[in-house]
Amino acid sequence: MNQSLPLKPRSSTVLGSLHEAPGAKTKPETGLANLKYLIVGLLFGVVFVKAEIISWFRIQEMFRLDSFHMYGVIGSAVVVGLLSVQFIKRFGIKTMTGEPVHIAPKKFHQGQIYGGLIFGLGWAITGACPGPLFAQIGSGYGLVAVTLLSAIGGTWLYGYFREKLPQ
Amino acid sequence: MEFLHTIRQPWPWYVAGPLIGLTVPTLLLIGNKSFGISSSLRHICAACLPANISFFHYDWKKEAWNLFFVAGVLLGGFVATRFLANPDSISIAPRTVVALQALGIQDFSGLMPADLFALSNLFTLKGLFFSVIGGLMVGFGTRWAGGCTSGHAIMGLSNLQWPSLVATICFMVGGFVMTHLLLPFIFAWIN
Repeated sequence: MNQSLPLKPRSSTVLGSLHEAPGAKTKPETGLANLKYLIVGLLFGVVFVKAEIISWFRIQEMFRLDSFHMYGVIGSAVVVGLLSVQFIKRFGIKTMTGEPVHIAPKKFHQGQIYGGLIFGLGWAITGACPGPLFAQIGSGYGLVAVTLLSAIGGTWLYGYFREKLPQ
Repeated sequence: MEFLHTIRQPWPWYVAGPLIGLTVPTLLLIGNKSFGISSSLRHICAACLPANISFFHYDWKKEAWNLFFVAGVLLGGFVATRFLANPDSISIAPRTVVALQALGIQDFSGLMPADLFALSNLFTLKGLFFSVIGGLMVGFGTRWAGGCTSGHAIMGLSNLQWPSLVATICFMVGGFVMTHLLLPFIFAWIN
């Protein structure tokens, strides 16, 4: 749908450590083109609620090894994601607008250990990773809005202390 | 109406997991975007309160798709709960119920325990711990780790990135430590 719209040129600020396809002829997207991500997100949020992934109880079951549900969800998501990515790479599938698919590799740094442990501790408290936080708020759990604001605050604190932390 | 009845029931893992996995190629093919959610928190910082922190000085508008995506997740939560809600209570593994009862949880009717997440808990120790401190750890930890369950466990592992495997293992270790070693003390303190 974005192809029929006039494309506005955007400033080409380099985006730190975030992944942007370098050298790829990434066409700037208009505000309306972003609606397709809203729709994908909406479907994703419905799955989150209907499979009860947003439930604090399901996360407790997972960490108490009392149910296979969450392991099945994450495991089968990885299998389908893995097969799709390998298929895209193997056959050189292009995006809708004809660009080559680009995925930035993840570089190892110590933060994946320390930050990973801190997130894991928090995950078992809140019963939510960042995605389910949004779906919980949409489901009407008002207190989670405080959790989300606090998570934004935690991200901000990371930015503030970043230079003092091992990377 | 039979169809509506069926989708109102909780969806099994073998339906939900593959649908979540399909988000990966969908985002790649509709816009060359790598699946990841915790970055949205960084974009919100960059948009609202960048201060003079270089980590938040970038053109966040170029990453606006991520904010549209999480707005969609929020709307999806509303749609599923408003129109497709399961009429029955959530069924929780009996062993987990017994363990949580021992910690003082009494209400097992909703997706979230009202004992902890009712809005009236906001200014109590429970609210402080389960939303404020928990949220801080989620936001700080995911950014330091460079991703969350979606960016590392699903997107990273799908792309065979071993740093994502390290991160995923650490997420799980942290969760096990909190659940089995720390939560009993925390519940004793807040109850």
